[in-house]
Amino acid sequence: MSNIFVNIDNISKSYGDIQALKDISFSVDEGELFGLIGPDGAGKTTLIRILITMLLPTTGSATINGLDVVKDFKKLRHLIGYMPGTFSLYEDLTVEENLKFFATIFNAKIKDNYHLIKDIYQQIEPFKDRRAGNLSGGMKQKLALSCALIHKPDILFLDEPTTGIDAVSRVELWDMLKKLKEQNLTIIVSTPYMDEAELCDKVAFMQKGEVMEINTPQQIVEDYDIPIYAVKGDNFYNLLLSLRRMKITRTAFPFGESIHLTTYEELNENELNKIISEFSNQRTETKRIKANIEDCFMAKMLKNK
Amino acid sequence: MKAFWAFIKKEYYHIIRDPRSLLILIGMPIIQVILFGFAITNEIVDAKISILDKSKDQITQEISNKILSSKYFLLSEYLESAEQIEGSFRKGKIKLALVFEEKFAEKFNRKERPSIQIITDATDPNTAATLTNYINKILLDYQNEISISTIAPKGIEVITRMEYNPQLKGVYLFVPGTIVIILMLISAMMTSISIAREKEKGTMEVLLVSPLKPFMIIAGKVIPYIALSLINALTILLLGVFVFGLPIRGDYFLLLFEITLFIITSLSLGIFISTLVKTQQEALLISLMGLMLPTIILSGFIYPIESMPRILQYISHVIPAKWFLIMIRNIMIKGVEISYILKETLILLGMTLVLMILSIKKFKIRLE
Repeated sequence: MSNIFVNIDNISKSYGDIQALKDISFSVDEGELFGLIGPDGAGKTTLIRILITMLLPTTGSATINGLDVVKDFKKLRHLIGYMPGTFSLYEDLTVEENLKFFATIFNAKIKDNYHLIKDIYQQIEPFKDRRAGNLSGGMKQKLALSCALIHKPDILFLDEPTTGIDAVSRVELWDMLKKLKEQNLTIIVSTPYMDEAELCDKVAFMQKGEVMEINTPQQIVEDYDIPIYAVKGDNFYNLLLSLRRMKITRTAFPFGESIHLTTYEELNENELNKIISEFSNQRTETKRIKANIEDCFMAKMLKNK
Repeated sequence: MKAFWAFIKKEYYHIIRDPRSLLILIGMPIIQVILFGFAITNEIVDAKISILDKSKDQITQEISNKILSSKYFLLSEYLESAEQIEGSFRKGKIKLALVFEEKFAEKFNRKERPSIQIITDATDPNTAATLTNYINKILLDYQNEISISTIAPKGIEVITRMEYNPQLKGVYLFVPGTIVIILMLISAMMTSISIAREKEKGTMEVLLVSPLKPFMIIAGKVIPYIALSLINALTILLLGVFVFGLPIRGDYFLLLFEITLFIITSLSLGIFISTLVKTQQEALLISLMGLMLPTIILSGFIYPIESMPRILQYISHVIPAKWFLIMIRNIMIKGVEISYILKETLILLGMTLVLMILSIKKFKIRLE
């Protein structure tokens, strides 16, 4: 049995004529790792900023742990941990000074909550006397995360934490989030990378200010009902162009070494391979596959266009 | 309270670790005082002059000697004819030429009022006027000396006394002026920039999400600058007193009080500016154009307010520096008590209050 921790009710936000968020409603359970997935400009940052009391919604309301994000903003600011999209620590302070500063302004002591950040902070501790401005992207991110956690927030917001950092740091960051979740911390994280959706408990897929779908990543994949095949060929580019010209093709996107092809109707993979091979004039290999989460999002994005 | 200290400490690190702002904060006051003190002074010494003495008698000789022995004038050459005067000026050799008419002593002794012509280079009108004044003063002195030894001539004797600054020293003018500029620069400009920097770098967002009260954020940011401004003001005063011989006749505590008041006024100006801007550049531009220029030009530091067009005189009323200059000059040079400058003190207090209220109203507790 889980409790609803964040409740978002019909939130809209406009900047002049531009509607950044259109009637968004969903809820996040306590202790959930919730992902906001969507391309740039989908409204992820705006939604997070409304939740952390930094922006006012044009209409609608939201509560976190029963506290209204507009009326109770003062109380809420004690509960929230926030890591903005751009690195927002003091570059001329050292790693340790930054951490101390953020602990103090939240009236917290580093040693009281050290267990929360231990795994993360240990990795940057050797550089604690280095100025934050001289850290690498991944280390900056770890420091920012430590600073956002040092006051033991009830809920943590991360705005695109994996944008612009290397693949290894990305994996590490998600590992850390999983560990934090075990301490019953509710986490809302936004990301433009669709493959990261699989790492969340639940995701909201956002596009153009609207939530297209909210579900667990497993369920999203299961609900996918379009026939999908992985096609490989000798001449990759030629194959892609050919596939896109074929009448049976719904979509064809390059995906790693193969091309993910969706069709209007279910076909036998051997028959399909023959057709493709003849059409593209090369040796090909076709396999019926199970869609991954990216295929699901691609399909939804196209439907919405 | 602990959070507050942490904030001040953080601000202190920002200042200490940025060599450029440190240079502005510490180096600027000293450089400015020395610049104003030695280079930009209203006193003119060693101005070169030529003398065309058509009479060449004992009296013209005495007058010439008197003029040349003052520290203000140096002889460039004795001219032989009036035609040479023009050439002397053209070559840029001299600032002033003196012409004694013929039979000077003869006329003088017959009480016929002989004349001396003073020709000055008025391309720089201020210098020309000042030099003419010096010569007049010397001539007057000479006349008085002579009349004592002989019989007193009839007429009105004008006695001028330059009260409070008898030697007409420039230091009386520029030390208060420099204090004003430095305090404006540090208090208003540096605070507005440092607050704008937090906005620009996104750290303001993180601070706002924290439970820190907006008042604490602002106070934490400005307190280090109050301390710095005070240190700078004292440095300038000490330089003024010990290097340039400026007297401080008034009460030290009153002086310190008014300086602190002006610092707080400037800080509230800086805070107010920071609520209007989003980037450091905007803050810098507004501070420079909106504060520094009017302060330098309209505060009465360089140009007397009384001789400005009426409209500029009205504008000068809203410039805090103007009131501060009046007060600080009165305290330092005339040694007045608070009752004499109560009006100015209250005006500054009022301005500070208004600016603070405006800033609090404009300060955003959110991002929009």
